[in-house]
Amino acid sequence: MSTATLAVPAGKTAPARSSLRRSRRWALFASYFFLILFAIFFLMPPYYMVVTALKSDAEMARLATNPWFIFDGVTLDQFRILLTQTDFLIFFKNTVIVTVCVVAITMVVSVLAAFALGRMRFWGSSILATGIFLTYLVPDTLLFIPMFQIVRSIGLLNSYWGMVLVYPTLTVPFCTWIMIGYFQSIPKELDEAALIDGAGHMQMLLKIFVPVALPGIIAAMIFAFTVSWAAFVYPMAFLYSSDQQVLTVGTVTSLIRGDVYKWGMLMAGALVAAAPPLVIYAFLMDYYIAGLTAGATKG
Amino acid sequence: MAEVALRQVVKKYGDVEAVRTIDLDIPNNEFVVLVGPSGCGKSTTLRMIAGLEEITSGDISIGGQVVNDLPPKDRDIAMVFQNYALYPHMTAFDNMAFGLKLRKFSKAEIKQRVEHAARILDITELLDRRPKALSGGQRQRVAMGRAIVRNPKVFLFDEPLSNLDAKLRVQMRTEIKRVHQKVKTTTVYVTHDQVEAMTLADRVVVMNQGRIEQIGTPHELYHHPRTRFVAGFIGSPAMNFIPCRLEQAGSGLRTHVSDTIALPVPSDREARYRAVVGKELVLGLRPEHITEPRHNGRTDGCDFEVTLDVVEPMGMETMVFYTIKGTEFCSRVEPSSAGDAGAKMRLHANVDHMHLIDPASGTVI
Repeated sequence: MSTATLAVPAGKTAPARSSLRRSRRWALFASYFFLILFAIFFLMPPYYMVVTALKSDAEMARLATNPWFIFDGVTLDQFRILLTQTDFLIFFKNTVIVTVCVVAITMVVSVLAAFALGRMRFWGSSILATGIFLTYLVPDTLLFIPMFQIVRSIGLLNSYWGMVLVYPTLTVPFCTWIMIGYFQSIPKELDEAALIDGAGHMQMLLKIFVPVALPGIIAAMIFAFTVSWAAFVYPMAFLYSSDQQVLTVGTVTSLIRGDVYKWGMLMAGALVAAAPPLVIYAFLMDYYIAGLTAGATKG
Repeated sequence: MAEVALRQVVKKYGDVEAVRTIDLDIPNNEFVVLVGPSGCGKSTTLRMIAGLEEITSGDISIGGQVVNDLPPKDRDIAMVFQNYALYPHMTAFDNMAFGLKLRKFSKAEIKQRVEHAARILDITELLDRRPKALSGGQRQRVAMGRAIVRNPKVFLFDEPLSNLDAKLRVQMRTEIKRVHQKVKTTTVYVTHDQVEAMTLADRVVVMNQGRIEQIGTPHELYHHPRTRFVAGFIGSPAMNFIPCRLEQAGSGLRTHVSDTIALPVPSDREARYRAVVGKELVLGLRPEHITEPRHNGRTDGCDFEVTLDVVEPMGMETMVFYTIKGTEFCSRVEPSSAGDAGAKMRLHANVDHMHLIDPASGTVI
């Protein structure tokens, strides 16, 4: 009997196994093909930026040359002029100040709000949580007119401190939402154990929840950083002198004069501006993914 | 170390009454197990003692002090949870030391207490590890260590062994008993596993539908259950129940189960049962009290023959299942005496252990 049971599958499994191997090879091949296609498609703009930033103005002016390659040799002139002869460093400094302040304000408000809404049972907490998220759905292009009135009335028009006040209206709702999901995924026995151990709510938050929810907090920080670093509509509407300007709007307004585009410096400026988010994403991507998917995968 | 008392305690969630007016006194150092099926209110009762649930009415006192309005941290209790509830970012040492740090103990005192608890629980080498690097049993030991270091008045255990596999559960059960013998502290332990309750408890509190069915030692609950629920809940496999009629048989009494089975009532119980002669009752007999005949051919009217439906060999004993008047019965017999499924088997009921139950009230007569 054992011979029969061994012989039959042996005859049948050999082709089955090879067909399985073949289909897996095809799946792998298709995956690589589409991933490479995807990578080429999305790396094209950064490549074009790098190539343009490393060219001289003279080469760019020669329309006959192929714009995808450098023929006259690599030059860092665009970066040198950008950093020494324009207000780019002021824009950069202003953006860093605004972003650091916005991330700090967002995290303090979001973590406290999310802890209260996600862990402390009180009447209306779930409706409040949904309400907070709904405010995120209102686009900033709709909000900037009433915001303009508010910022002007408190005397922060044409001041990057106005941005520190305004950006959290974009970042706090979504960050709170991420954090609520993360806090809710932490077993309730953990706060009960902390309560019995003698912790108050603030100690519980700082000593238990913040360390345990670190991936979620980092995900929220990255989001707040990205929104703040890349915001365009509000600085466009509220800032008009170059000493108060931030990178996104400042680079565009100072390097495009009428119909004259300083392409080399624009690309160099965009590259330098993109560097901090790139570095942050590269180091914290795992936390970001873990944070965003926490609610979906944890009980 | 302190006594715990519950007086007329009620817990309602909206209109739903989870705990219905319970009274319970737990003397100093006693190990009490609350046992019952899911939803019987045992965990809610424990959580009310811990201060994690507010009580709707009644009083809970620990060490003579009413603690109804005290937060958990001021009740001087320690709790071990089903899923351990260890802080994942802290080492085993820090987990155990956390409560002491919050209570501003000196570093030397914390170290001394944690190391002492670690020695009791045999986890000294694990103190530097985080919970992720510990097995289920080790985690539960750390959770117990966290409770021990505080030297609380009362230990509360909320189904601490439910997440462990069967083998580890038996080991940890012994471990908990050993720790209680070393660290004499009043303990309230919640479980749905009646074997855990019987093996660990000084006294067992059987709960059902928010009420206490019976409080007693494991021996009392097993041999003298007061209700059909307790009789059926305590013991594994569960007690067999079958409708019967109590009849006069000469000068004695007998229970008429079927046309072929009529079991005599032991003479020492006749006075107790005399008042219910002629009534329809429920007969209860545990599987271990219906065995193969062991009386060397002497008949006492307690033997009967059945056709086996299922036979489950367990090694040192065999479970046989059969049907009497449409009711499934189970018996625990010697492996050598059991035939195969479909075979006829002669069985003997040990009527000294019979229970007669009033079907209307569910109380054991």
